[in-house]
Amino acid sequence: MSVAIRRSGFDRAVLALLCILAFAWMLPLLWVLALSFKPNEFLMSRTDAFLAPPYTLANYLNILQTSQVFRWVLNSVVVAMGQTVGVVVLSSLAGYGFARTEFPGRRLVFALVIFGLAIPSQSIFIPLHRMFSHWGLQNTYAGLMLPGLAAPFGVYLMTQYFRAIPAELEEAAMLDNASRLKTFLRVILPLSLPAQATLAIFTFLAAWNDYLWPLVIATKPEMYTLTRGLASTQTNFAQSEGLGFLMSQAVFAGLPVLTVYVFFQKYLVSAVAGTGRRTEAKA
Amino acid sequence: MSAPASTLAALGPVARRPPRAQAAGVRRSRLSNALFVLPFVLLYAVLVLVPLAQGFWISFHEHDLLSDEHTWIGLENYANLLDDEIFLQVLWNTLRFVLISVPVFVVLSLALALALNRPGRLSAWLRGMFFSASVLSVTIVTLVWRLALMPDRGLVAQLLSHVGLGDVSFLTSETLALPTVAMITVWWIIGLPMMLFLSALQQIPGDVYEAAALDNATRWRTLLSVTLPALKRTVMLVAIIEIIRECQVFPQILLLTAGGPNNSSRSIVQFIYEQAFVQLSLGYATAASQVLFAFLLVGVSFQLWLQRDKRGAAR
Repeated sequence: MSVAIRRSGFDRAVLALLCILAFAWMLPLLWVLALSFKPNEFLMSRTDAFLAPPYTLANYLNILQTSQVFRWVLNSVVVAMGQTVGVVVLSSLAGYGFARTEFPGRRLVFALVIFGLAIPSQSIFIPLHRMFSHWGLQNTYAGLMLPGLAAPFGVYLMTQYFRAIPAELEEAAMLDNASRLKTFLRVILPLSLPAQATLAIFTFLAAWNDYLWPLVIATKPEMYTLTRGLASTQTNFAQSEGLGFLMSQAVFAGLPVLTVYVFFQKYLVSAVAGTGRRTEAKA
Repeated sequence: MSAPASTLAALGPVARRPPRAQAAGVRRSRLSNALFVLPFVLLYAVLVLVPLAQGFWISFHEHDLLSDEHTWIGLENYANLLDDEIFLQVLWNTLRFVLISVPVFVVLSLALALALNRPGRLSAWLRGMFFSASVLSVTIVTLVWRLALMPDRGLVAQLLSHVGLGDVSFLTSETLALPTVAMITVWWIIGLPMMLFLSALQQIPGDVYEAAALDNATRWRTLLSVTLPALKRTVMLVAIIEIIRECQVFPQILLLTAGGPNNSSRSIVQFIYEQAFVQLSLGYATAASQVLFAFLLVGVSFQLWLQRDKRGAAR
């Protein structure tokens, strides 16, 4: 459709340049993908002929047989899903409470939560680790998940969003003697699904990719998340006998996320753009 | 943000709008309303505020991670930090990392956004490609780049040898290690600032451009006197977001260079982590983390001020 639009020479040149740049951007990923289908012995000597034979699936079969990658994927799914659901529920409730209701001390508590946006996780993870070891939460799903549930970003996002919903909608429902909770569930919640989707996507990606917390709280390999586990296989990197194996691991771990990304790209991109819009629209 | 028709229908007759006085009653202050925020606030208090206070407390102690024994030493940890050459080095490294990466983030993502802010399938694909690496986890990114930067057999080494250049040791040279990690970080997450710029570009009203076109303004002129001034706030926002982010740089450094060679790429968060979990000296580590917290508090306050909701403040 857009091809029909008349383009100036300048525009064509810019687009051509961008295509080359995008290809260069993708090149490391494509290179790893291609080489992951090569036998390890072949990669010992050369890595240049990446489209020519020999090909093999041995590296991938190796993953299925030897490593704990499946366990790590399962752990990552449990932790990321649990955190996403938890954050969306807690943030929606709290965001509604702060934005649309009044209770004694509301302003003070909200200010305290906003203050939390400035607290980097790195400045609390040491006492938190001490606390969790004390409670015996090391190497448990609860231990991996809980700190993420207390992050104030979601509450901030949802509060901003709920504030923008016209009060009349809710007032009408309240006049019908619906309770606060009912009003929230039936009227406000359905209106805020786009914000929840944004929050869910962000939380899921952040949980899936988190490294520091799983690094300190999961010390047993069977409780590693995928991100944490892959790091542990990189430590003996110097022994390059398993080059193809390393590459296939990268592909195995990256491809599902990239596939999900291709399908949800539209939503993810509009989610990112949407947060920008909400902050920018206030200018 | 369009309300689904079914939701509006469920509201009943909209005509029955409440009189003002009753509407005000709806927002009456009630303790029971606090139940909405209670679950989150409890978790937040236990898992954020308490550890924050504890961290502050621990930083005045000599505290061993394993034995959990501690003795009060006042400000000694802080004084030691100022005398610690490695700590000063990691502060400087972190600052250098910010100074190298943030300008590239701002300029490159702005350039990409300006070039890709057009309709059509091709540019949508290109936008998607530049964003795609952002969804990969840090361990995949570092694995891919360690492979690509291998001497001799790595992708980069082979490309360089094609153009007649010898082997460059990117990750093992004291001068190149930190800039290399910075550029890999740019490669990884350039998509987020690009999207922020794209959404800001969409906010510029079309009639400004029509006016510029009527004045026969050239492409450059329009860019310089219409587009860029309209993006001033977003440039500041992207810069401060990236500064805050890159101040906390850690996992990619740990996995790519482990802080070496000779501490030349060790960052402040890596220092904190190693002091706590390798050296096991919690007091010293938490003192360093208070320093980081102080820096970030300034940065985040500035960001919130930039993003402040003017209408909300008026309420």
